[in-house]
Amino acid sequence: MNMSDTPKVPSKLEVEDLVIDFRTGGSLFNPSILRAVSEVSFELTTGQALAIVGESGSGKSTVARALCRLYTPSAGQVRLDGVDVNAAETSASQRDYARDVQMIFQDPFGSLNPVHTIRHHLKRPVKIHNPGLNADEVEARVIELIERVGLSPAKQTADKFPYELSGGQKQRVAIARALAVGARYILADEPISMLDVSIRLGILNLMDDMKRDGIGFMYITHDIATARYFAERTAVMYVGHMVEWGDSDTVTQNPQHPYTQLLISAVPEAGRSGRRELKAKKGDIPVRTPESVGCPFAGRCLQAREECHTAMPPVTKLAEDHFVRCFLFDQDTEN
Amino acid sequence: MADDVLLDVRGLSVDYVTDNGNARAVNNVSLQIRPGETLGLAGESGCGKSTLAFAISNLHAAPALVSEGQILFEGRDVLAMSDKELRDFRWNKASMVFQSAMNALNPVITIGEQIIDVILAHKTVTRSEAWARGEELLDTVGIHPSRMKSYAHQLSGGMRQRVVIAIALALRPKLIIMDEPTTALDVVVEREIMDELYSLKEEYGFAILFISHDLSLMGEIADRIGIMYAGRLVEIGAAADVLERPDHPYTKGLVRSFPTIHGPKVRLEGIPGHPPNLLELGAGCPFGERCANRIARCDAQVPALEALGGKRVACHSPEREEAIA
Repeated sequence: MNMSDTPKVPSKLEVEDLVIDFRTGGSLFNPSILRAVSEVSFELTTGQALAIVGESGSGKSTVARALCRLYTPSAGQVRLDGVDVNAAETSASQRDYARDVQMIFQDPFGSLNPVHTIRHHLKRPVKIHNPGLNADEVEARVIELIERVGLSPAKQTADKFPYELSGGQKQRVAIARALAVGARYILADEPISMLDVSIRLGILNLMDDMKRDGIGFMYITHDIATARYFAERTAVMYVGHMVEWGDSDTVTQNPQHPYTQLLISAVPEAGRSGRRELKAKKGDIPVRTPESVGCPFAGRCLQAREECHTAMPPVTKLAEDHFVRCFLFDQDTEN
Repeated sequence: MADDVLLDVRGLSVDYVTDNGNARAVNNVSLQIRPGETLGLAGESGCGKSTLAFAISNLHAAPALVSEGQILFEGRDVLAMSDKELRDFRWNKASMVFQSAMNALNPVITIGEQIIDVILAHKTVTRSEAWARGEELLDTVGIHPSRMKSYAHQLSGGMRQRVVIAIALALRPKLIIMDEPTTALDVVVEREIMDELYSLKEEYGFAILFISHDLSLMGEIADRIGIMYAGRLVEIGAAADVLERPDHPYTKGLVRSFPTIHGPKVRLEGIPGHPPNLLELGAGCPFGERCANRIARCDAQVPALEALGGKRVACHSPEREEAIA
């Protein structure tokens, strides 16, 4: 299949020390601020997937939204091939960025317009981002896109309205729409969690095939087993912080951060019945503000030491592609 | 045999009456639950598992209609009960926990009021006795009794689900029907609730009808597992037999739809196609279109649920695990 403008040149979408604060109330001079994302750094490359794993409130969706410029970073940078994307001032450069980086949302039922056909959903982005194409060329592109995401027969599918498609088919249309503009990066926010279990793998496998065509993915999920399945690299987030990241197999098979260990020990596994005694103190997920100090997991961590409550642990490199942010591994403080 | 069976569902069919015809959401389902047993019921959305749960407590309402079959609880027909008998049956004998605890709790009255409401409606006790019992129940599910005075919005999702479980336990029922009780929760919270559930079950000895799409979770808690597809029970048997040695092609596909966290990393295929429209079911097996083992008979006749190696399986061409190996 000829998707000529899907580039094969290596490219990088970098996030450096990203901080996102939300104002939640307070007064003009004394606002209350919630720190949703704190010092998050990672990079996406074309042809690979990075999974961001975390529970609700871990800030994983906020990171994705910042990456597609729905939120402006409070500090830090998002750079596409070295260029700060939030510095772009003209609408043309903003549109170029939107073409490169597209998002797929969790709810395929809510992300398509019920009064328009599938053809309409795909035609618009093709036309807007390729003003030179004539009507026949646009139609050919639309059909090609529908076929590429595994919907057939393509012509009939184009004439359908969203309500005539199942959840999995709708999610395929959402992926086709991201491809329609020629995206190099797709930010997929829980793309399969609302779908039936038997069709989830079909979507993951489709995205896997797209990786081979050079698309880079950020895969946001709460399901660490699918992160391992789909993504080459995995980052675990807890309350806005990246606590452990690296090669997916290493992170899932040899987790080092106490939170990652907790997360993996909680995953259900058939045939392993009975109580499991989670290795953590019970407690609610803390609320972080710009003034918060210490490791966000310290309140629940069984191995927490004094310093964990007063300072943020530094990043320790455990292996070639395995990093952890925890005092237990910090050489300088070990006694 | 009757002594040994708590719930006996016999040939149950439930239809949804629509303008375009009747959709048979539950189709000739028979199953039994013994006292203290956990039966898991798995399947995708629209397979009829929740409809079945509603019908068992006679909570189904129009446009749902029980068109055939019986539901016997300790030998008494739930569908034939009078309102007064139903009142005694619900909560006293069988209670329910639903997926969205957020919606199950009333936002404008305290959770304490909601717990004692159940107790007062079914037992002749004073308000203060009911309150004391409510505090005890919260303590049982791991919530501080002072939370009786809290409103639902002041509790986290996991705590709300615990409150709902506390209400379900309030009258010490023999059966608790749990419809996706942890689906909306984070995995660590889900684990906490599951652990709580294991110890409560040990203490009280109730039976559970556990409905979920998550086979891994079901493999942990269920003694037996039933798999539903398009309203029919397609395979039922001991949990390990169903999950480790599935015979129905749909069960096989479902089991292969879950990537594992520790097992070998292989490309999984899921199941091609999508579930059928219940209004457009043909004469043959409803799974036929998505099935790789389809033979001529599959198009002509719906397979009956028949004994197969300790399980019951509804398939014309089951692929025994031995045959593959």
